[in-house]
Amino acid sequence: MATIESKIPEGQLAEKWTNYKAHQKLVNPANKRRLDVIIVGTGLAGASAAASLGEMGFQVLNFCIQDSPRRAHSIAAQGGINAAKNYQNDGDSVYRLFYDTIKGGDYRSRESNVYRLAEVSNAIIDQCVAQGVPFARDYGGTLDNRSFGGAQVSRTFYAKGQTGQQLLLGAYSALSRQVQKGTVKLFTRYEMMDVVMIDGRARGIIARNLITGELERFSAHAVVIGTGGYGNAYFLSTNAMSCNCSALIQCYKKGAYFANPAFVQIHPTCIPVHGDKQSKLTLMSESLRNDGRIWVPKKLEDAKAIQAGTKRPTEIPDEDRDFYLERRYPAFGNLVPRDVASRAAKERCDAGYGVNPTGLAVFLDFKYAFDRLGKDVVAARYGNLFDMYKEITDEDPYTTPMMIFPAIHYTMGGIWVDYELMTSVKGLFAIGEANYSDHGANRLGASALMQGLADGYFVLPYTIQNYLSDQISVPRFANDSKEFLAAEKAVSDKINKLMSIKGKRSVDSIHKELGHILWDCVGMGRTKEGLEKAIKELAAIRKEFWSNVRVPGQVKDMNTELEKALRVADFIDMGELIAYDALNREESCGGHFREEHQTPEGEAKRDDENFFYVSCWNYKGEGVKPELLKEELKYEFTKVQTRNYKA
Amino acid sequence: MDKNISFTLKIWRQKSPKAKGAFAIYEMKDIPGDTSFLEMLDILNEDLVNKGEEPVVFDHDCREGICGMCSLYINGHPHGPEGAVTTCQLFMRKFKDGETITVEPWRSAGFPVIKDLIVDRTSYDKIIQAGGYVSVNTGAPEDANTCRISKEVADEAMDSASCIGCGACVAACKNGSAMLFVSAKVSQLAVLPQGKVEAARRAKAMLSKMDELGFGNCTNTRACEAECPKSISIINIARLNREYIKAKLKD
Repeated sequence: MATIESKIPEGQLAEKWTNYKAHQKLVNPANKRRLDVIIVGTGLAGASAAASLGEMGFQVLNFCIQDSPRRAHSIAAQGGINAAKNYQNDGDSVYRLFYDTIKGGDYRSRESNVYRLAEVSNAIIDQCVAQGVPFARDYGGTLDNRSFGGAQVSRTFYAKGQTGQQLLLGAYSALSRQVQKGTVKLFTRYEMMDVVMIDGRARGIIARNLITGELERFSAHAVVIGTGGYGNAYFLSTNAMSCNCSALIQCYKKGAYFANPAFVQIHPTCIPVHGDKQSKLTLMSESLRNDGRIWVPKKLEDAKAIQAGTKRPTEIPDEDRDFYLERRYPAFGNLVPRDVASRAAKERCDAGYGVNPTGLAVFLDFKYAFDRLGKDVVAARYGNLFDMYKEITDEDPYTTPMMIFPAIHYTMGGIWVDYELMTSVKGLFAIGEANYSDHGANRLGASALMQGLADGYFVLPYTIQNYLSDQISVPRFANDSKEFLAAEKAVSDKINKLMSIKGKRSVDSIHKELGHILWDCVGMGRTKEGLEKAIKELAAIRKEFWSNVRVPGQVKDMNTELEKALRVADFIDMGELIAYDALNREESCGGHFREEHQTPEGEAKRDDENFFYVSCWNYKGEGVKPELLKEELKYEFTKVQTRNYKA
Repeated sequence: MDKNISFTLKIWRQKSPKAKGAFAIYEMKDIPGDTSFLEMLDILNEDLVNKGEEPVVFDHDCREGICGMCSLYINGHPHGPEGAVTTCQLFMRKFKDGETITVEPWRSAGFPVIKDLIVDRTSYDKIIQAGGYVSVNTGAPEDANTCRISKEVADEAMDSASCIGCGACVAACKNGSAMLFVSAKVSQLAVLPQGKVEAARRAKAMLSKMDELGFGNCTNTRACEAECPKSISIINIARLNREYIKAKLKD
């Protein structure tokens, strides 16, 4: 059986990263020029890594599927980025950010990685400001902060409701500077199809040129995957349309363990589903919970009247409103972590108190903020979000409460990595949302941007050298070796097989069906029975897909249906992985809620005795149950407790 | 509830960059008003795929108005006739029953058509690569609060930085000028102390790259500002002109 070597450095928690950097192997400048690194993805993690490695002198090949690196889905992150600056003098520290993150993750992340994340958080803010990222500022000219869920301090830096955009444009500008200098070569509208292995190491990729449809071979000394998460397996999510997990699944099939796939984040504040033609769900930033109050009617007859459209929410007096988060969690109120807020909304809607025609929505009300702060102040903080809401729903949040409902948003699970962000395949690294590393079973708001940039700017550029320092005598690879040709042929065969099915179902119709199964059985509430049913149905979907999908058009051409088909094939495998992991994990923690495991009050019931580990799934072949390996979590410095947001 | 509408779609179809394109006509029936414009095209494409035809290809990604990928020229306007929204945020409730809706790609020398409604916007990346950044390496030198920036300046920089790089300004301009795009980046970095150091070099480098790539000049028609989905102001162009003249005077 394979073993898990996490390579956590020795020493006190606060000294591990310093010790690592002091003793790791480096590559001298002359040798850096002779080493090639492939980075797939240009989001916060990919772009910042490509820029930083380019600055250091490595030769970087950077790939993205969109027409420009600036389109990566990091751009859509709204709320902010956390850092332990303690500019507000409210008692923040590296330790507190570390503690909040590990507690927010329900004690399922690796202590040393989370501490390092908190430790480098401050440097990220410094770096972004130096690049000209226009963070919000106070009248005195200093940086402003806001609060996010799961924290009792204000540590979130923001740029209006467009923080992800501004941080990505910062990373994109650094990347563009390196492209100009010739250290980074950019390949836009290219999609990675497979990793190429030579003698047990990742040595390149096969990519499809999305304009011509040609397959091309690229070789390098190391391959880095920064392609985001797998939320789109559920069809409806807050992810962009092209977000996919194909790069992750190819890595998994080449021997990279997939860690904690069941840990999927369902975001509490999204615009509810409106119809069966809907293509995606839109997030309303978590920052809205700073000033908005979440409620449903106290009386069932009021809820029924609102569902039927015979009563307006504004007609319900305060005493008949159930501010259920404030009621259940007085200490954190509307700012409980995302998993807690989502489950509480589901609980109220399941009990019949939902507030739209489908009964699947709750109110997020700004009336109280208008009374307290005035409309102008509220508009200055959230105006763009209010406009977006109005554009989509045709309802004005200035006069009637917003309606929100949980939706798939982020995936904490991902490719397993060691302390150096290397996967279980030598020379293959995973960064950002693509890895599983820092968020445990639930990610706190404003921490995804932090992790993406931490990995790309401040972690990988160090740790990858420890690997590359052994590679300085390895000459550049020819990309026509037998391994490359075989990998290319395998991809080509797979594409031809897909094209030759010529069945009756569109790719989207199968993807929607897959999404329904996952949302119903592997979504917010999971049961043994439901998961076993899902695994059976997923096998049937795979069969249906590979025998009845219809992909029109040509292989050697721009073919968006073929692109989608290749991604959906991998979403099916992904769905199965999520279900296997959820079935194995007989406990509730973070975003993973097994209905069999809850307290009498309906809170998640963790089982530290039996499940205090990272589940690592090892691929064993198509349609075969993967092998489960365990990375036991060893907490040396943190006392594992039941999460409590009540007092 | 929004009511359903039926309408005629007149869509530009072009097999490849060199091929001759033409409009194709599609009848759309009973589309709910709360369908977004792109979801409406999804419905059309699902239909085409089910008939074994090739779907209409168009660029799109985040579908929440921020990635800048969507780029349709609808009824003579980039991103459609609604002001200050991207195509993905345009909803069918804004159209009339029985109307003919014309959909074309961006048309400009700087953005050649790749296929159907998809154009090549890599020229925008090249303009940024020419100088749209602050030359600072990873591992910044000082604490973020060392450099105080007044709220007004920070807000002004943020307004300029809101550009999503979609190219609507170029598509709207009769000269095919990319001045609004270039000026937004130049302004963001010129007003901030971090970017001032190399402001002159940046303005010259980005403008000369813009010219080199075949974009036209600005003749102050303000069409770009009117069509910009993020309402980027032409005040940015005025600042770019000042920055450029200042830079030239120093030469």
